[in-house]
Amino acid sequence: MSDAVIAMDVEAPHDQYDAQSGHAPTNTGISNEKVAMWAFLGSECLMFGGLISTYLLYKNRPGGIEVRDTIDGARVGSSVKISNLFDIPFTSVSSFILLASSLTMVFAVNSAVRQDHSRLRLWLGATAALGALFVGGQVYEFTSFVKEGAGFTSNVSTSAFYTLTGFHGVHVTVGIIMLVSALALTFRAKVPSGEHVEILGLYWHFVDIVWIVIFTIVYLIPTGAPQR
Amino acid sequence: MALIHTRTPVELTSGDSTVAARPLGVFARPRSPKGWRNWLFTVDHKKIGIMYGAGSLFFFVIGGLEALLIRTQLARPGQKLLSADLYNQVFTMHGVTMVFLVVMPMGAAFANYLMPLQIGARDVAFPRLNAFSFWAWLFGSIFFNTSWFLGGGADGGWFNYAPNNGVVFSPGHGIDFYTLGLLITGIASLVSSINLIVTVINLRAPGMSWFKIPVFTWMTLVTQFLLLFAVPVITVALFLLMFDRLFQANFFNAALGGDPMQWQHLFWIFGHPEVYIMVLPAFGIVSEIIPTFSRKPIFGYPFMVFSGIAIGFMGWGVWAHHMFASGIGPMSVTVFSLSTMFIAVPTGVKILNWLATMWGGRLRFTTAMNFAIGLVAMFTIGGLSGVSHAFAPADTQQTDTYYIVAHFHYVLFGGAILGFFGGFYFWWPKVFGYLLSERIGKWHFWVTLIGFNLTFGPMHILGMQGMSRRIFTYSDNQGFGFWNMVATIGAFMIAVGLAVFFVNILVSHRAHKRNPIEVGPDPWDARSLEWMLPSPTPEHNFDEVPTVTELDEFWHRKYGHDENGRLVRIAETSEVAQKGDALDVHLPSPSYWPMVVAAGLPFISYGLMFSLWWAVLGALLLIGGLFGWVLEPSTDPEDDHGHAHAGGHDEEHAGTDVEAAELEEAPVV
Repeated sequence: MSDAVIAMDVEAPHDQYDAQSGHAPTNTGISNEKVAMWAFLGSECLMFGGLISTYLLYKNRPGGIEVRDTIDGARVGSSVKISNLFDIPFTSVSSFILLASSLTMVFAVNSAVRQDHSRLRLWLGATAALGALFVGGQVYEFTSFVKEGAGFTSNVSTSAFYTLTGFHGVHVTVGIIMLVSALALTFRAKVPSGEHVEILGLYWHFVDIVWIVIFTIVYLIPTGAPQR
Repeated sequence: MALIHTRTPVELTSGDSTVAARPLGVFARPRSPKGWRNWLFTVDHKKIGIMYGAGSLFFFVIGGLEALLIRTQLARPGQKLLSADLYNQVFTMHGVTMVFLVVMPMGAAFANYLMPLQIGARDVAFPRLNAFSFWAWLFGSIFFNTSWFLGGGADGGWFNYAPNNGVVFSPGHGIDFYTLGLLITGIASLVSSINLIVTVINLRAPGMSWFKIPVFTWMTLVTQFLLLFAVPVITVALFLLMFDRLFQANFFNAALGGDPMQWQHLFWIFGHPEVYIMVLPAFGIVSEIIPTFSRKPIFGYPFMVFSGIAIGFMGWGVWAHHMFASGIGPMSVTVFSLSTMFIAVPTGVKILNWLATMWGGRLRFTTAMNFAIGLVAMFTIGGLSGVSHAFAPADTQQTDTYYIVAHFHYVLFGGAILGFFGGFYFWWPKVFGYLLSERIGKWHFWVTLIGFNLTFGPMHILGMQGMSRRIFTYSDNQGFGFWNMVATIGAFMIAVGLAVFFVNILVSHRAHKRNPIEVGPDPWDARSLEWMLPSPTPEHNFDEVPTVTELDEFWHRKYGHDENGRLVRIAETSEVAQKGDALDVHLPSPSYWPMVVAAGLPFISYGLMFSLWWAVLGALLLIGGLFGWVLEPSTDPEDDHGHAHAGGHDEEHAGTDVEAAELEEAPVV
């Protein structure tokens, strides 16, 4: 399990199966899947970076926008300020739930390394359940915002908010699907290897870390402009 | 057969076995080594590379026809071939086609085919993902071009600035095709970049340390890193635009608080690295061609590599030089001016090294070499006009004029396309087993080079005279008529040049069919590992993965030095080349699923525009395909994994089934 990153890449035994690490031999000693996941997560950083910068640009722009009619007669433009609607205690709890799922994910990886069937199922299931709880909280939050008049198209700040947090929510959902799939596989055949669960864990932890950033930037740091 | 049991699955590039997965019982696996199915469901990096090449040449013809329409419209003042609206669509489709459907996939063609060979790998790290990338690219490209039949093409220019890209100014679906089409090809690029990065990092031959990697592979790696980080940025921009256009958001609508500048920033943060994504593969190609035909190692290999890496880093700090006229403020302008001047340095290093490689070499002016030298010369012109944009006061005069059009065609046609043509001539024997005609090749080169300069050279003058880009016509008294006519004549010459290339393929292929001449593994006396293999490359690549001790490993196996330091031949090519007759090589099995998953994407996109039922169908294809894919072992346990032999299958592979059973793949994408 320990990744000997220090392994001299030039000496990689290309024609031998690496019994210890359990994957095909590579120059780095790290499996292809894991390097691919790291690369993908690097790419995701830029994606969330783009979304976060968009939110930062637009977060103070609800005010002073006239309500007007679009071409097709719908009324757009609202000065509702999304940050006024935040329920910080509620979101703090759901953030805590998501962070707790990182802990259960670590337990899942640990069980997979030990090839402990039943514990692996337990922790994969727990992680997926906590993730689902978080997404459920987000759905509830979105619904209540919309009820209070802050829809996706109300103004650019609400659009940017829903886009950023929505993209994150989709990422969590995809993670849940992967967790449930891994859980299903444990019933179907042998236990997924520690390596594979660990790669899944990398994704899951990344999504959690991104949420820490989003929660801080979107919810905790007060918006600058005077409230209107 | 003893080898079979000692030789372990190097060939299986995607992981180990932990789950005894059975393929879904719904479909039998594709198991047809011959005919069109062999291409459609292949996961072989070489076939995928060839398909990328063929696809990009096809779109080169489409984009070229659009260019000819543009040039015909502009040949004389007041032409009426295209209306203003149609002209907008044609130049937009031309630009997007050439950038995303020609130059990028042509780079991918070379990267896919050659990079694994140059590093001594069996295949890329994830063969099925590689197939998925290709199909996603192809379906995205076709999707994008179907806009012509579904209400008209995109009309916002290739960088598609707000507010022109909004519903108000472009009410049709053209720009939706742009947005969704580029999202699909973006997925293809992202997946492909991860795949190729992992391949270079993890699957190099034993002994091939970082500074024994051929320059082409290095440039490919830098390109893939640029893609990896640039694609998500344009993905964000495209999603925001899609929300604006299809879901009534107002991200880029200034009237409702949106900010058109945000589109420009996001686009160019992607768009400037994109420029290097397009040109670095061609730089890699000429870095292979020039040493071969100078019979010298590349001059200053570490400088070559580090300048490529430096371009890769600095490419992220120059994007706003596209926006000097947009009011970004004096501080930003100064910073981006300076960084733009600096990025000319590593590019200059490359030019110098190519020249120094040729200096004192024994030059052979083959067609490939002609194109390579053509690149060095033409790219230098384009680079110099590029540096002239770094001076903001000058740039605000030049921007959106034909001077810019001239500049980027000199770097993209004179850089990327000439390099790719050189690559075609250079590696054609390796890929197809016969040489392209040198005689016709010279015609191809000279007609293309002269036509190219006639087309784009005058555009410098037109730009200086004040002719704006993207105007559909001009009046007689503006004085643009003469040079526009020259440019149009040049454009048709380029078209003739391309036709000569296709004729060359046809003629050379026929000649080869009539009278096959064995080209041998190494027709050019070249330097890197791919030339150790028979031509055309056998399906399993290497019989035995070579152990690398030198940069230009293959050259060093052929040549040594005598006591006076002179170059002497120490081995014949036939002694050091591989025979291509290994029988015990496992290869990943073909699969339907990459294509099925990719096919879901355009349906989802049609659904977003027209009717959500299409999106439902697309989503079913996508999700069903993903699950089929994941549950299918990457190597079919019941398949024989060797290359196809005439007869004798069963005896030949009797031993492999045992091993295959052990090797059932874990369900990892």
